[in-house]
Amino acid sequence: MHTSSTSTAPDEGTQLLLSHFDDLDQQHLTSNLGMWFFLVSEVMFFSGLIAAYTVYRALAPDAFKLGSHHMAMWVGFFNTLVLLTSSLTMAFAVRCSQVGDRRGIVRNLILTALLGTIFLGVKASEYKTEIDHGYLPGRSFHVSEHDAEVLKAASLDANGNLDEAKFSRNKGQFQMMFVLYFFMTGVHAFHMIVGIAAVLIFAVLIRIKWFSGFGTTQVEVLGLYWHFVDVVWVFLYPLLYLIE
Amino acid sequence: MAHTSHSHSQTNLAQTTDAHAQAHHVIEVRTYVLIYIALMLFLAATVAASFMPLGAFHLPVAMTIALIKAVLIVLFFMHVYYSAPLTWITAVGSLLWVGLLLAFLLSDYLARGWLHILGK
Repeated sequence: MHTSSTSTAPDEGTQLLLSHFDDLDQQHLTSNLGMWFFLVSEVMFFSGLIAAYTVYRALAPDAFKLGSHHMAMWVGFFNTLVLLTSSLTMAFAVRCSQVGDRRGIVRNLILTALLGTIFLGVKASEYKTEIDHGYLPGRSFHVSEHDAEVLKAASLDANGNLDEAKFSRNKGQFQMMFVLYFFMTGVHAFHMIVGIAAVLIFAVLIRIKWFSGFGTTQVEVLGLYWHFVDVVWVFLYPLLYLIE
Repeated sequence: MAHTSHSHSQTNLAQTTDAHAQAHHVIEVRTYVLIYIALMLFLAATVAASFMPLGAFHLPVAMTIALIKAVLIVLFFMHVYYSAPLTWITAVGSLLWVGLLLAFLLSDYLARGWLHILGK
């Protein structure tokens, strides 16, 4: 059955050329561009959330600042560090696929998945602490005495008296900060879960020599997705954790 | 006629070699590590900036640092620096999109109180 023209022998060092492409470079560029178009749609998706965040933060800067002070800043710092490191290992995996180091690809992909899992574990423990403190928006949301005092101080009218309507709005927008926090980090965490699953599947596929030419194009495209998720976090960290 | 076809084939050849170089550019390990160190320094800088008394400049400073980090990741980790012009346009286009969205959105929200329209 395996004539030379239909050979799928994978371990040749060069990628198979699919019949609808002119050459390997065009094939590579097309795959890359396909992932980039997907990432542009992802940028649009996340920028909708960033836009909502921008408007609400501009409406209630004090409530957002208070909300931000309840985030675990150093935990977030650690997680950013972990995620940036996972980007480095992913970049190494791509490099290994370019120079034909199969073991290197698998090793770096597993490291990347491991770092991604550490990120998610830390994030989950953060969520737990915040939910225990009553910061999960909805029926169980709870504004503590101390938070209420801070919000009252930010809700005075021109004569220095408490503006009840403004205080009520501030309490709502304090909750809105957590709505945006859980939604943005939650959607980001979902992307991480998808990314970790894909990275692990790729580690197996590379290990069993599924791809021709060390899967250079495939691993690079996977890398693009992983780095994009990293870039999103680079913006989320200062926006959510570091409001001063 | 012969001259034209000759120069044409040369252009083709140049483009192919160019595309070949783009598709197979292998970045040095050293470059990756340097970019990683730079990202770490910018991460430290963004945390340090949040402790500084910058007043209204906190957000612009934080966003500038985040943007620099994003550009470093996109250019080197995502290889856009070595990629085809079409990839460049796509990557820059997405940034342009966010910029447009935020600019028009803010021009609406920030300017709402400027005009005192009766009955508003």
